[in-house]
Amino acid sequence: MAEQSITAPRHPAKSNYWKAITAIAWKDLAAELRSRELLSAMLVFSLLVILIFNFALELDIATRRSVTSGVLWATFAFAGTLGLNRSMAVEKDRGCLDGLLLAPVDRSAIYFGKVISNLAFMLIVEAIVLPIYSVLYNVNLFQPGLLLVILLGSIGYVAVGTLLSSMAVQTRTRDVLLPILLFPVVVPILIAAVKASGGYLTEAPMTEILPWLNLLIVYDVIFTAIAFMVFDYIVEE
Amino acid sequence: MQAKPTSLKVLDVVSLILLGISTYLALVFAPTEAIMGEVQRVFYFHVATAWVGMLGFIAAGVSGIVYLRSGDLKWDRIEIAAVEISLVFFFIAIVLGSIWARPVWNTWWTWDPRLTTAAVTELIYIAYFMLRQGLEDPDRRARFGAVYTLIGAVSVPITFMAIRLFRTIHPVVIGTESAEAQGGFNMTGDMKVAFFFALFAFTVIFVDLFWNRIRMGTLADKVEQLKLKVMQ
Amino acid sequence: MIEVKKLVKRFGLKTVLRGVDFRVQPGEFVALLGPNGAGKTTFLRILASLSRPSVGQVSIAGFSLPKEAAAVRARLGVVSHLPLLYEDLTAEENLIFYARMYGITDYEIRISEVLEMVGLEKRRKDLIRTFSRGMQQRLAIGRAVLHDPDVMLFDEPYTGLDQDASSMLDGVLQTVAGQGRTVVMTSHDLARAEDLATRFDILSRGVIAATSTRDGLGNGNLLTFYKRALAN
Repeated sequence: MAEQSITAPRHPAKSNYWKAITAIAWKDLAAELRSRELLSAMLVFSLLVILIFNFALELDIATRRSVTSGVLWATFAFAGTLGLNRSMAVEKDRGCLDGLLLAPVDRSAIYFGKVISNLAFMLIVEAIVLPIYSVLYNVNLFQPGLLLVILLGSIGYVAVGTLLSSMAVQTRTRDVLLPILLFPVVVPILIAAVKASGGYLTEAPMTEILPWLNLLIVYDVIFTAIAFMVFDYIVEE
Repeated sequence: MQAKPTSLKVLDVVSLILLGISTYLALVFAPTEAIMGEVQRVFYFHVATAWVGMLGFIAAGVSGIVYLRSGDLKWDRIEIAAVEISLVFFFIAIVLGSIWARPVWNTWWTWDPRLTTAAVTELIYIAYFMLRQGLEDPDRRARFGAVYTLIGAVSVPITFMAIRLFRTIHPVVIGTESAEAQGGFNMTGDMKVAFFFALFAFTVIFVDLFWNRIRMGTLADKVEQLKLKVMQ
Repeated sequence: MIEVKKLVKRFGLKTVLRGVDFRVQPGEFVALLGPNGAGKTTFLRILASLSRPSVGQVSIAGFSLPKEAAAVRARLGVVSHLPLLYEDLTAEENLIFYARMYGITDYEIRISEVLEMVGLEKRRKDLIRTFSRGMQQRLAIGRAVLHDPDVMLFDEPYTGLDQDASSMLDGVLQTVAGQGRTVVMTSHDLARAEDLATRFDILSRGVIAATSTRDGLGNGNLLTFYKRALAN
């Protein structure tokens, strides 16, 4: 009959769901570590945005406190779209998305794998921007509360963003379309994240901050669930 | 070419008549409001058009879900019609809101929850059409449209609640929180007549426009089909 | 091994496949030929489970599409004219990734085997970015056989290759096919197809216009058979 390799099982068991997710996340991170194109683009862009805000808003010491959380989140929102776009474009351009779709795993594994790598990229950029901002404006941004808000906000942003970028990358207008699709839908995150961050920075009472944290968590859960259910429809033909 | 069904023609006429009556009730019949004056009359149409926008919004969300489950393109046509109508009517509502706001609060725009949410919804609708524009395959267009409508439909109520929360925790910047400043006023009996009639009339108008628009979409698709047959 | 009954594929209002019947026995090597726009790529994508049939039944290795798609995918190896490889990873890393996606445990030995088979063992630590197109295609085939599939689909694998690269690809293709797999390959290159395949099917205007085994070609060659099929 056929020459069979003694090592490869003739029909390997259906691919492990979690293995596939980690494989995709690992693949993205390994590739990015090598080229660093995505991270450097996001980082430089973030710093430029902060620079522009500096001139646009005249951040004197008095106003700085109240405006910091807004500036940070605006920066993250804009830089985030760069990362989301690039991450998906890599798959689409070389036809690699087909490669992912050919694997014997549930489609949602692709979604979760991408969400993890997109989240990782966003958190890395945020981790670099925070200390720089702290130094530039003499504000201590390393409070656990603030870090929690950044985590929750980023999760929601990336959950919706990965889904929408999967759609946007298949259109003609691609890069331009993602922010247009994403921003109106992500408004609740931006409001909640800015308010909660601001709350922590101005040491507001927990009763004021808690509703915003709850909103973030609710949003994250709802949209991750929706994206999980709907992802199939976006990648199938 | 299919002729317009009689019931639709009747509905067209009825809608026009109701619009006429509603206009009369709002502009002539209802008494002038004590504090705000004549400009308050805009309120009847402002709420009625916003109401139609809401109907369209819900219809769009529902038909999106139904399309995804069934795959029947008919629901896609319904969804487009719903989004278009909602887009136009929310826009009218926003403009009327501005016309009302200017003399009363000396500002064109108040960042109040309802108005701001309406604006965000408009942006979602525009994004919706831009998404569809960028796609060739009709099936993909319909699927992506339905997914985005679903995301928008879930996101908008959360946006509304977030902005409301924003306003309760932090006092309003523009104007005061008093009922009058919010545009609240007590409606007399005659005003209520004008108000509820406007709601009723515009609901009928919504159904009429909706039906017409869906019919247009169906006919347009048939034209496309015939075109392809001729070309092949 | 592969059974297709009355397959119809529509994109919106355009019909690309109009009722294709297609059966392949295990071990056959079918060359699917046809003019541009005949629907070859569409057909192959449906077999690859990347696209859904509008109407009709498709089954591979006893599993039906689209319901049992996951089972089909585990037994399917696909090579398209795009290499499906990640440029910023090495050859080895690409194969490791796909091995994990296909649930292959203990993949180190298998990866070495595959690299040997396609003649790229020496380049295993090099980035795909540095590979020529021919090398990328060879690695792509390696990727496709990693999980030892029963069925292989090749969509225009020779696109963009020069003489030397094409000859190398011939060798790899023959090795792979010689391992008892069932192969369907689309191609524009009739000469190559004639050398490699055991059976020839002509897809024209959305249906299989003609089919013949190599012996069935008789005295004439593939070119005459092809032209005659299209003339009908």
